[in-house]
Amino acid sequence: MQLQLAWRNIWRNPRRTLIILTAVVIGAWTMLFFGALSRGMAESMLTNSINNLTGHIQIQKQGYRDDPVVENRINDPTPIKALLDQDLPPEAKWAFRIEVNGVASNARNSKGVTIVGIDPDREPDLSFYGQSVTEGRALRPDDAHGILVGQGLLDSMDTKPGRKIVLMTQGADKETASRAFKIRGVYRAELEATEKRYVFVTLPAARKLLGVKNAVTSACIRLPEREQVGPMAETLGKHLPKGLSLLTWEDMLPLLTGYLSMFDSFMFLWYLVVFVAMGFGIVNTTLMAVLERTREFGLLKALGMKPARIVRGVLTECLILLLVGLVAGNALGLLTVLVLSGGIDLSFMAEGSQYFGMSHLIFPKLMARDVVAANGVILVLGLLVSLYPALKAGRITPVEAMAQT
Amino acid sequence: MSIVHIDNVTKTYRQGKVDVHALSGISLDISKGGFTVLAGPSGSGKTTLLNLMGGLDNPTSGSITLDGEVITGLSQSRLADMRLEKIGFVFQAYNLIPVLSAQENVEYVMLMQGVPAKERSERARAVLDDVGLEGKYSRRPAELSGGQQQRVAVARAIVSHPSIVLADEPTANLDSKTGQGLLEIMCEMNEKRNATFIFSTHDQMVMDYAKRLVHLKDGRIVDDETR
Repeated sequence: MQLQLAWRNIWRNPRRTLIILTAVVIGAWTMLFFGALSRGMAESMLTNSINNLTGHIQIQKQGYRDDPVVENRINDPTPIKALLDQDLPPEAKWAFRIEVNGVASNARNSKGVTIVGIDPDREPDLSFYGQSVTEGRALRPDDAHGILVGQGLLDSMDTKPGRKIVLMTQGADKETASRAFKIRGVYRAELEATEKRYVFVTLPAARKLLGVKNAVTSACIRLPEREQVGPMAETLGKHLPKGLSLLTWEDMLPLLTGYLSMFDSFMFLWYLVVFVAMGFGIVNTTLMAVLERTREFGLLKALGMKPARIVRGVLTECLILLLVGLVAGNALGLLTVLVLSGGIDLSFMAEGSQYFGMSHLIFPKLMARDVVAANGVILVLGLLVSLYPALKAGRITPVEAMAQT
Repeated sequence: MSIVHIDNVTKTYRQGKVDVHALSGISLDISKGGFTVLAGPSGSGKTTLLNLMGGLDNPTSGSITLDGEVITGLSQSRLADMRLEKIGFVFQAYNLIPVLSAQENVEYVMLMQGVPAKERSERARAVLDDVGLEGKYSRRPAELSGGQQQRVAVARAIVSHPSIVLADEPTANLDSKTGQGLLEIMCEMNEKRNATFIFSTHDQMVMDYAKRLVHLKDGRIVDDETR
């Protein structure tokens, strides 16, 4: 009967109830949808960064990260190969690379680039390479003079596939080394900066350019799940040959890691901001409902109802309202995320999104903990702010209430 | 046997900087099963006295004993229990809960007392039958006339067999015919259920039904007539 009474009390003033419900529904929807959108943006930034030749784990010579030059190379990568073949799960992918800074030039232009020597058979599993060749073809393992360049670099150097590009860098002998390559293909990346920065040649071609025999600068590893990185890094770290360092994506992307670690706090702050706006609505309308029923609360007290029971009654009404609003808000939020699961096109602000390392297509990502947090914030804080009008109802005295006309 | 014993009770309100003496040294004994009317003009202190007897307010001095228990100085929680178990109220403005039906309004007191649902329903319907509201169990207050609403209020007041029923100007909002009908019912309940009724009124018709008529003026008893 108490629940029945609470339900009927809620619908005494349908307009007011609908206003509160609308506030809760919009609040829950906003929290869920914009939470999923923000999560999708963060995920996009992270995926792009990991795809951008970072991988999940890299093994490098100590000092290479601070000074990525040919001197900091790994001359004999055989022990690393043995380690990875032994410890990595079968689904994991890995490859050796040579990555050094250099200059790409043709008859008209010169551009600073990062020269990446890759294993054309293995690299497509690790990075954006190979999934985005838009013109020409990808490199072949035996391609000693082929080069794959980004569309951005191609445009800025005013050249085209089939033409030559000369790469110049510091060789292992500390002398300037240069070699001519023919543009075999053009790739597109999520970010134009990536297209301008990286040029790909085969690993043997890079070795020849640098004048090294079997050397590499890193081994890049990609695991099936990002959550496996920590335990796998620990396992590999135990058997890592001396003089090498193991870096996880968190080590390699400190800015993004910092942003992601603060992300949950941002989300919670966002929830609070939305709730504050909603909370004022809840308090005002509940208070109005309580004041309208002053005589009734006075009567209930006169009949022998204790203040705690009156407080409980008002809170029950608020709880029902919050639950109904949350169910509708969650349904709306889930529906919105479902409808937009194909991605939200942010091409109109492509430059801005690129600046933050995001793709132009954002996929909202709804996480269970975000749903729980949003609902928890609304439910717990909603009941807390409802305590004020509820306590006010509990303090009404029968004599004062009955004196009201 | 005395069900209410009032001993030298005073009640003083503070209005701004002025003390208003609503009751000045009232002493009164009310017998069980009585039909007592506190009469007097507005401001005579009858409603204040009724509120004190009902534990809705505390006297400034003096003591009140209800059914053998001194209620003066009891905690709010104990007073609430006492009101729930021993007192039935009928108010001038009916004060029914608008979202509950007639039967649910009557059942509500029993719900607070923890009476099982089946028994609640049977007792509520029986008492509604007694006050002449057969078949109107599921009507909400807005669907009942003023007289019918007040009968529901009477049914609510007597359903849990309280020691006393306090009725504050119960006929004030009713026309004389409806008021008389209500008084007949309350008289019947007084006799049939041996319920003790205490009224406050300035309605002559209510006074005519009184078995005992206590006149108040300026917070003092000026006449006490047993019929």
